[in-house]
Amino acid sequence: MEHGSVRDPSSATFCFVDEDHTLANSVRFALNQDPRVSFCGYSIPHPSDAKVNIRVQTTGDPAREVLKDACQNLMVMCQHVRSTLDKAVDDYRSNPTDMDTK
Amino acid sequence: MSEQESSSDERMSSEEEEQQQKEEGFSYWNLKDVERGQLPAHIRKQGTRVYCKPDAPTNCVYLVISFDLERKRGEIGMTETLQYSGSYASMGVDNSLRLDFFRENFRIKVIALDKDKMEFDMIGIDAAVANAFRRILISEVPTMAIEKVFIANNTSVIQDEVLAHRLGLIPIKVDPRLFEYLSANDTPNEKNTIVLKLHARCNQGQPRCTVYSQELKWLPNGSEFAKESEKPDSKPSTYTSFSCGQDSLPEFAGNPISTVEDIILAKLGPGQEIELEAHAVKGMGKTHAKWSPVGTAWYRMFPEVVLLENIKGEDAEELIRKCPSGVFDIEDTGNAKKKAIVADSRACTLCRECIRGDEKWENRVALHRVKDHFIFTIESTGALPPEVLFTEAVKILEAKCERVITELS
Repeated sequence: MEHGSVRDPSSATFCFVDEDHTLANSVRFALNQDPRVSFCGYSIPHPSDAKVNIRVQTTGDPAREVLKDACQNLMVMCQHVRSTLDKAVDDYRSNPTDMDTK
Repeated sequence: MSEQESSSDERMSSEEEEQQQKEEGFSYWNLKDVERGQLPAHIRKQGTRVYCKPDAPTNCVYLVISFDLERKRGEIGMTETLQYSGSYASMGVDNSLRLDFFRENFRIKVIALDKDKMEFDMIGIDAAVANAFRRILISEVPTMAIEKVFIANNTSVIQDEVLAHRLGLIPIKVDPRLFEYLSANDTPNEKNTIVLKLHARCNQGQPRCTVYSQELKWLPNGSEFAKESEKPDSKPSTYTSFSCGQDSLPEFAGNPISTVEDIILAKLGPGQEIELEAHAVKGMGKTHAKWSPVGTAWYRMFPEVVLLENIKGEDAEELIRKCPSGVFDIEDTGNAKKKAIVADSRACTLCRECIRGDEKWENRVALHRVKDHFIFTIESTGALPPEVLFTEAVKILEAKCERVITELS
């Protein structure tokens, strides 16, 4: 994974190798909801190359840290999704007929 | 110049003051039906619903972004939500990611679940993440599939390469998490390869027979075909090098590996024979669809059908006739008057038949889709049950995030 940035750490472009829309769009979603981010977006420079560029510009904080926080938030979301699903499946198995309770 | 400016400023401010005095006490936030710190209902609705009109689904947003002169309002795509944290900053509403808010509002409700199909509602998540799960399910959750076929004899009418391709697509009922990837330099061993044997013959004088996938037999001790060695006296080796039989491993003891049954592989005429060995390895759907663990995985946004006015009598019956999927029903209101109600909005396919035709219907029925309510369906091919597949997909997204974090620190 390469990292291209200029002297100013508050804006940087990150290149994720072996990734596609799956991760890039989710990360973009997480970044967009961070108030420290002034701009973010991603692009796939060429469809034959398995890489994606993510541009992050912040209001001052280092872009690297903001991106890390975005990934962290996404992970927390995933963990919550997993535990919610496990619970929902258990609920369904314990009482499959009772569907309209919630 | 500076004097002029300052004087104009003064004028402005005095004008503003007058205005303020005129409208004293008026502020948007002081209106009775506006809750402080919350978006007004109509904007909340526009942010969370897709509006379906008779011609095409549209979604106008209140923010004026004029990309082209034709459109007065900027439109965003059907599934997109306003993600930017400061989208509603001018209204004093924070749109940033609040994990505790997500935790409180995120819900999953299982609608149907059996061994190879699952349908559930996922509420309170953004399309970006829901779509990531779907994409991972289709192309990045690993399974085992036949990659190499050693054909010893094939006198059937089906060509070797066609037969090999058919074999590749057969789902193998085994948990792929118990296996490792076979990389280019590895030798096939009991940790990365499953060997299956097929020997089918149609004897002379018999009618034509059909070869089914269940005739593939698992060889827990690896390949039985000897390699042709250059030195005639050397020990004969096979195409795999298993250090122990797979059936002696605790995970497969009493749990033999099999394929999904009743898939036709070939048809044999009298005297025809197929003898082959198939080697299955672990892989991902993005390499080849045979490794995809799902028939398919998809979601749709929850359809919301709203009756904008009371529809009674003849009109109610017409509405029910218009809808091909039975969304509406008639409620008998005491004095023999018939009134249309929305009985099952989930059944709505957004075919828009109900608002097509006479223009009046457009003003009577509103069709929306709820942007953060996904009806998610997973069809497993048989390797893993669908709920496990989804959990695996979520884990893969987590692993991707973790990789980014470790690379950056």
